Amino acid sequence: MSALNLIVLLPILNAIVVMLGAPARKSALLSSWAQLALSILALLNYDRTLGGYQFKTTLHVAPEWNLNLFMGADGLSLVMLFLTALVTLAAVWVTPKIEKRENLFYACVLLISGGAAGAFASLDLFFFYAFHELALVPTFLLIGIWGSGERQLAAWKITIYLAIGSIILLVGLTKLYLAIPVAARTFDMTKLPALAKGISAADQASIYIWLLVGFGVLISLFPFHSWAAPAYASAPTPAAMLHAGVLKKFGLYGLIRLAVPMLPEGAKHWATLLLVLLVCNILYIGLVTIAQKRLDTMLGYSSVMHMGYIFLGIAAGNVIGVSGAAMLMLAHGLSIAALFAMCGTLRQSSPSLAFTSMGGVAKHAPFLGYAFGMAAFASIGLPGFANFASEMMVFFGSFKTGATPGALTFSGLQIATICGLWGVVISAVYMLRAYRKIFQGEPLVGSELVKDPSCCVRWPVILLLAALMLGGLWPKSFLNFIQPSVEALIAK
Amino acid sequence: MQQILPAISLEVTVLILGVLMLFAEAFAKSADRSHMARYAIAVLAALIGFSFFTQSAPTELTGYWKFYSVDATALFFKRIALGTTIVVLVMALEYRHVLQKYIPGVEAGQGTGEFYSLPVFICAGLMFMASAVDFILIFVALELVTIGFYVLVAYMRRNMQSLEAGVKYLILGALSTGFLVYGITWIFGLTGETHLDAIKHALTTGFTAPSAIAEKGLGGLQGNEAALLFGIVLILIALGFKIAAAPFQLWVPDVYQGAPTPVTAFLSVGSKAAGFIVLVRVLDVFLAVPAVAGKVTALLAIMAAATLLYGNLTALTQDNLKRLFAYSSIAHAGYLLMAIVAMSVQPALAKEAVSFYLAGYLLMTLLSFLILIIVARHSRGDELHHFNGLAKRSPFLAFAMTIAIASLAGVPLTVGFIGKFLVFKAAIASGHWALICIAIVAVAAGFYYYIRVIAAMYWQQPNESAPIVIAPLSRLAILILGGAILFLGVYPKPILSQIKEPPQAPRQQ
Repeated sequence: MSALNLIVLLPILNAIVVMLGAPARKSALLSSWAQLALSILALLNYDRTLGGYQFKTTLHVAPEWNLNLFMGADGLSLVMLFLTALVTLAAVWVTPKIEKRENLFYACVLLISGGAAGAFASLDLFFFYAFHELALVPTFLLIGIWGSGERQLAAWKITIYLAIGSIILLVGLTKLYLAIPVAARTFDMTKLPALAKGISAADQASIYIWLLVGFGVLISLFPFHSWAAPAYASAPTPAAMLHAGVLKKFGLYGLIRLAVPMLPEGAKHWATLLLVLLVCNILYIGLVTIAQKRLDTMLGYSSVMHMGYIFLGIAAGNVIGVSGAAMLMLAHGLSIAALFAMCGTLRQSSPSLAFTSMGGVAKHAPFLGYAFGMAAFASIGLPGFANFASEMMVFFGSFKTGATPGALTFSGLQIATICGLWGVVISAVYMLRAYRKIFQGEPLVGSELVKDPSCCVRWPVILLLAALMLGGLWPKSFLNFIQPSVEALIAK
Repeated sequence: MQQILPAISLEVTVLILGVLMLFAEAFAKSADRSHMARYAIAVLAALIGFSFFTQSAPTELTGYWKFYSVDATALFFKRIALGTTIVVLVMALEYRHVLQKYIPGVEAGQGTGEFYSLPVFICAGLMFMASAVDFILIFVALELVTIGFYVLVAYMRRNMQSLEAGVKYLILGALSTGFLVYGITWIFGLTGETHLDAIKHALTTGFTAPSAIAEKGLGGLQGNEAALLFGIVLILIALGFKIAAAPFQLWVPDVYQGAPTPVTAFLSVGSKAAGFIVLVRVLDVFLAVPAVAGKVTALLAIMAAATLLYGNLTALTQDNLKRLFAYSSIAHAGYLLMAIVAMSVQPALAKEAVSFYLAGYLLMTLLSFLILIIVARHSRGDELHHFNGLAKRSPFLAFAMTIAIASLAGVPLTVGFIGKFLVFKAAIASGHWALICIAIVAVAAGFYYYIRVIAAMYWQQPNESAPIVIAPLSRLAILILGGAILFLGVYPKPILSQIKEPPQAPRQQ
């Protein structure tokens, strides 16, 4: 039993305890604080000079297939675990009074968190997959019971989409497992990269496309994105924060952990397809985001759009690009969680979330005005926030890899980078426009109802913004963990 | 572990138990028959314990005993049969209040004894089936099971639906029996053998056909592939009825809906398990013949694809839970067939997948039917809307049902997921990509109709607020089944180590 096991087990056990009738909010808050403390402790105790996977623990499950509940973490997983813990704490903290079935609500939130943490901490392919799926049913219940608007439709949509994505992913993972010679077959993710070297280029290509589509559905890669915005718009605030902020990163984490080191030939084979899709994610979804007329759907689509940058970093495939992608996963997770948290506050007090019916909110709610502005700037990618540092790395990485010495034309990767840069402009347009309409100008009737939230919302938002600024002003704080892990992955 | 008893003692004990129960039904003074079921449950549970002390190594057998073989897999299926029967008897106890309404009897409870003893006989049939390696014993055991079901399906004598289901099941069951016997006859005519090993030996090493064929100048398999294929197809049709595979599935929804619910559960688990045990045994023989293996596999692949699509797509619009489970049972037959299709290329993976899937399927199906019976009794109906707001009326039942449903849908960390994973693994390893793509559509559709049940339990408001009382025995059964689904979903070793094929010892011919 290491700190890592506790980070995963705490929320799951707590969910059970809450279901059995423990005071829901108090115990959820307590376990989230403990989870955050443990994840920071793990980061501090991680021996960076040693590198590699640490805190390893194993429980033999099925020796016949070499199946073990094998947990361990390198710098990358620890950063993701930190993101999980911080967003969980924020999500639990901002949760308003739940009128119906409070215990079930908190149990669902905790299960999502436990599932995500389990996926990030697992070094066994089987449990890596299984823990992520654990979060599927709670998400369905959260949106269906406590959501708003077209909640049932949205719940169905997200569940069916994610189920299809998961099963496609399962086929891809099984293909990967079976591509390894019988005697050496293992689910052990630390051993797989070395074993995967023997996979032929054709096999790599066929495995890669299954993984890309499977993970792609989970990440809302264009054209599999249409579940995301309606689900986030109607999900209760903590569910939106956890799903957009943490759970969606599972797919990206999987691509970095599995596809990048093991299937380089496959990535080459499908490079053009991925570039086209990710440019669609940035430009097409960007334009869709501009066209949104409500804050919640706009945030939902912006979260889909930003996945394009992370894909760009993964497509670059070099250390700086992939590290940037990993850093952006953290930055996006923190910023979108903060934005959804404040969107939830607005939803509670404002009569409507439509841009046309809001205005001058900052006058009565100055804290909300400042904090939302900062989160919006972070999301656009302005300097000072982690998003800026990571987007810079992604763009540098992809432009640099795409360069062919002496060539006078741009390569596909470079063209995608240039298109991607326009995405920053698009984000600025919709974020600033939304900010102007909601927070500035003359207060409309009804805006005076929006007051600054209590400290239950303030503190989590401040925490999230502080982490964003830490990453922006001192990127090394996280990169010191991420970069060596990425180097190790790519070197193999 | 000391092996003190021959394995056959298990079947004998079950048969004696069944006969004693019939005597009790005829001569017992008290009108209440429910104690019979409780005794039977105790005996069957004890037998599961004894089964660990029986001889499990294959030994040389002569005479009658050539029909019968015991190995670890056979014992595993015997335990499955015993466990299933126990849960069915628990369900029957829950269901007895409904049953009494439709049984003509002098006093309440009179005349229901057979409802508890017939499952015991069916259990004996299933146990014989697990050990049958000869077409004769396979046929007899299968008929023992089927005839028991004929009576049980139509048991509610004053209920039109039950009677209709009984007639449908009788006619189609008799038809499939006919196909089976006819198919066996063709195989016998070709090889002169009924023992599976002997047939395999004859078909793979060449043989002199019995006189009737030899007289016409046809010797051995050469030139007789069509006859062999004809026999195989007839047997596949017959087993297709038993396992409810498309296009032989039309009887399923009506029979499942009309039959008493415990019988429906038993049908969907017992009958299906029996069919698949036989199918694996039989295909083991036929797939070893290169001349027909490809064609048989193609036929099975078409059946699997049709079953997957039919079962899953028609389940989408069902509002009656018994019908929904009927279609989902067809759907699960599709997944099992998908593993069977992989048998020609990856026999070990496929058999592992089928055995594990059946074991998991049993747990989750029995759990969902048990809850269905309890809820239907208190809500007076088994439509989907009778489950509305169950989470408020009984959080325990709703949570247990959620586990069963999640497992049926194949959510990880449940036993259903490991089953699906093994099935997909076998199919991927043997490279049936078209089938896999169809199965992906099927799984997605499955998520929709299964989660509808969860949605009804948690999203909707209850129609009535009366709390639901659960008998202690049922509560215990629910706890055990639900716990097993979760435990085996994380730690499948206990089942895996039981179904692991031991190195094949050459059987005495």
